[in-house]
Amino acid sequence: MSTLLGDVVTRLFTDRVSKELIESAEKGAWPAALWREIEEGGLTMPLVPEARGGAGGTWLDAYAVIHAAGRHAVPLPVAETILAGWLLSRAGLDVPEGPLTIAPVHLDERVRLTPVGSRWRLDGTATRVPWGRDAGHVVVVAPSDAGTVIGLVAGNGATVITDRNLALEPRDTLTWSDAEAVAAATDLPADVAWRYGALVRAAQMAGGLESLLAQSVRYATERKQFGKAIGSFQVIQQNLALLAGHTAAAGMAAAHAFRCAERGDAWFDIAVAKTRVGEAAGLGAGIAHQTHGAIGFTYEHSLHFTTRRLWSWRAEFGGEGWWAAELGRSVARDGAEALWPKLTAR
Amino acid sequence: MATFRFALNELPPEAEGLRAEVREFLRREVSGHGAKGRSDSWSRWDPEFSRKMGARGWIGMTWPKQYGGHEKSALERYVVLEEMLSAGAPVSFHWIADRQSGPLLLRFGTEVQRQRFLPAIARGELAFAIGMSEPDSGSDLASIRTRAEKVDGGYRVNGTKVWTSNAHRSQFLIALFRTRVVPDKKHEGLSQFLVDTKTPGITINPIIDLTGEHHFNEVVFQDAFVPEDMRVGEEGNGWRQVSTELAYERSGPERYLSSFALLRAAIADASKEPGERAAVTIGHLVAEMATLRQMSLSVAGMLQAGENPNLEAAVVKDVGTTFEQEVPEALHALLGLEPRIDTGSDLGQALGFVMQKAPSFSLRGGTREILRGIIARGLGLR
Ligand SMILES: Cc1cc2nc3c(=O)[nH]c(=O)nc-3n(C[C@H](O)[C@H](O)[C@H](O)COP(=O)(O)OP(=O)(O)OC[C@H]3O[C@@H](n4cnc5c(N)ncnc54)[C@H](O)[C@@H]3O)c2cc1C
Repeated sequence: MSTLLGDVVTRLFTDRVSKELIESAEKGAWPAALWREIEEGGLTMPLVPEARGGAGGTWLDAYAVIHAAGRHAVPLPVAETILAGWLLSRAGLDVPEGPLTIAPVHLDERVRLTPVGSRWRLDGTATRVPWGRDAGHVVVVAPSDAGTVIGLVAGNGATVITDRNLALEPRDTLTWSDAEAVAAATDLPADVAWRYGALVRAAQMAGGLESLLAQSVRYATERKQFGKAIGSFQVIQQNLALLAGHTAAAGMAAAHAFRCAERGDAWFDIAVAKTRVGEAAGLGAGIAHQTHGAIGFTYEHSLHFTTRRLWSWRAEFGGEGWWAAELGRSVARDGAEALWPKLTAR
Repeated sequence: MATFRFALNELPPEAEGLRAEVREFLRREVSGHGAKGRSDSWSRWDPEFSRKMGARGWIGMTWPKQYGGHEKSALERYVVLEEMLSAGAPVSFHWIADRQSGPLLLRFGTEVQRQRFLPAIARGELAFAIGMSEPDSGSDLASIRTRAEKVDGGYRVNGTKVWTSNAHRSQFLIALFRTRVVPDKKHEGLSQFLVDTKTPGITINPIIDLTGEHHFNEVVFQDAFVPEDMRVGEEGNGWRQVSTELAYERSGPERYLSSFALLRAAIADASKEPGERAAVTIGHLVAEMATLRQMSLSVAGMLQAGENPNLEAAVVKDVGTTFEQEVPEALHALLGLEPRIDTGSDLGQALGFVMQKAPSFSLRGGTREILRGIIARGLGLR
C-alpha cells in the first residue's frame, strides 16, 4: 500500500506545490486549496483507525506521505497533523478535521492538564509550536502520575505570539490559561512528542535530500562552462556521488525507523535516524549549493526552499549532536557486546 | 535522472534461526581472541577454521547440491557472513573462493571445472587468489598486458600480476590475461583462467605491507603453461566475466565491518556512563553503522531477488569504507591513546592495527574515486 500511496502523493505534490505556492506561503498565506486536497485525499490520517474516520494504515504509509511532503517542501503541517492524529487515536480520542499540531515540542517544556469533572483544563506555554497560528486544534502532551496525558484543545483557545524558522514556516509561542480541553491518559512515553517529532523530521529531511540530489544532477547536466556541462567534470561527479551516498543513507535510516515504529519501541532507531539524517542534511546542503554556484544563492532559484528547511529541521526535536549523545550513552549503558545483537534484532 | 533503489529488506525466519546456530559456533571458536585479533577477520588465514565452516555447510551455501552446495538463500548466506565478520572470525582461507571464484565457476565454468573445484571449495579445502591487477594496470584494469598465447593444448603465459593477496598460500588463482591484442579496444581479447599456483614458470614473490605483514604478492609468469581446459568461459569474454566477479566482490558486508571490533573495544573501554564527548562520538559512529547495516541488507535483498545491485553496492562500499576509515580517526581524536603494535592495552593495539590497515579500505576492490565514477554514471552524469 505504501508504494501506491507514495505515487499518489508524489503526483499531487508535483502538480500542486509550485514555486509560487511556496513563496506565497512564505509571505504568510495559508494554501487552503492544497490543504483541502490533501485532507480529502485521506493523506492526513494514515495512523488513525478506520473506525475513527482515518485510513487505518501503517507507519510506512505515514512515511510515504511525510517523505513526499519533505521532498516537495510542502508548506503545510502534514507531518504534524499525521503525528497528532496518531496521538489522539492512541488516547482513544476522536480526531477532528483540519490542520493539527503538537505541543510542547521541547523536552524541557511542560504544560498542565487538570481534570475538571468529565472535562480537562489546560494551562501553560509552549514555544516554537509548528503552525501554531494555523492549527484548527492543538494536541498537547502532558506527563502525569497516571501516565502521559494526551489532550486536544481548539486552536483559538491560546494566545499566540508568532515566529518562524529559517524556512519561514510558522513556529509560534502558544499560551493557554484555563483553556477547555478533552484528554485521556495513555501508556505512551513522556517524551513521545519529542521522540516522534524527531522521527517525522527525519523522513522530511530524507525527502529533502532526494530533492537536492535531483536538482543538483539536473543542474549539472544543464549548466555549461568551459564549453561543456559542469557534470562532465570529475570533481562535480565525485561530489554528486557523495551526495547520492548521503541521500541513500538518509532514506534508509529514516524508512527503517518508521518500520521499527510500526513494530513497537523505536527509540534506538529514531536516535540513529535523527543523527544520521541530520548529518546528511548539512553535508548535502553544502554540496547542492556548491554545485549550483551563485544562482542557487538567490531567492529566485528554488534550491533554498529545501536547504533552508533542512537547516531548521535538523535542529528541531533535537539536533544530531543531542541524539548522538543520547544514543552513545544508551549503547555504553547496554555494554559493548550487546551492540551487535541489538543491530541484528532491528 | 537514473537513480538508486534502496528498499527495506527483512530477513526471513529461517535466516534468523541460522543466526543462533552461527553464534553458538562462534562462541566456541573465537571468543578467546582480543580486539586486535578480531579486527583482522577476513585476512586471517586459518584453514582449520574454514574446514569446520565447510563441515557446517556454511561455504558455498547457495550453490546447487550437486556441486557440494547447500541450496540456501542468499539471505541465509548473508547472515553467516555478517555474523562471521562482526565476531572477527578468521575467514580468509575460504573467503575469496566462496565470494567470487566459486560463483564465477558456477556461472561461466565448464561442467568438469564445477565438479572438480566447487565441492572442494564448499568443504573449505581449496583457497583461491585473484589475479587481476598488474604493475601498470590498477584502476584501469582493462589495460592489462599479461599475455596468454595459444599453443598446443593450452596457453603460454608471460607477464606479471601484483597485489595478489594470498597467492603464496592458495592452491589456485583466477587470473585475467590478454589472449588477443585488439588495437584501441582494450576491453576485447581478455580471458579468464584457473591457474594452479604450483605451475612451472610461475614465481611468487612476497610483498610486505606497511605493517610488516606478508599477505600480498607479485606473481611472475615466464612461459607458464595453462591447459586449455582451465580457461574459464569463452575466449575473449573476460571483461564481462571480470565485471560480474567485481560485482560479487563489492556487494558484501565486509565493506563496512572492518573496524567494528575496534569500535566495540572502544565502547567497552568507555564506562557505562561516558562523558559527553565520548557519548557523541560513539552515538555518531553507531548511527552510521546501524544505517550501513540496513543498506547492506538492502543490497542482499536485491541479490536474493535476482536483481543487479551494482550501483547500490558501489554506494554501500563508498559510504561503508568511509565509515571504516572514520572509526580509527574519531577514536584517536576522542581517546588520545597511542596506537601500538603488540604492547600496551588491547584497545591501543586494535587502534594501531586498524589505523595502519585503513588506507587499504578504499583501495581494494576498486578505489573510492572509481566507485564514485560508477555512481556518477548511475546518476546519468557520464
Ligand atoms: C590490501 C590490498 C589487497 C589487494 N588485493 C588484490 C588482489 O588480491 N588481486 C588483485 O588483482 N588486486 C588486488 N589489489 C589491488 C587493487 O585492486 C588496486 O590497488 C586498485 O584497483 C587500485 O589500483 P592501483 O593501486 O594501481 O592504483 P591506481 O589505479 O594507480 O590509482 C592511484 C590513485 O589514482 C586514482 N585514479 C586512478 N584512475 C583514476 C580516474 N580515472 N579518475 C580519478 N582517479 C583515478 C585512484 O582512485 C587512486 O586514488 C589489492 C589492493 C590492496 C590495497
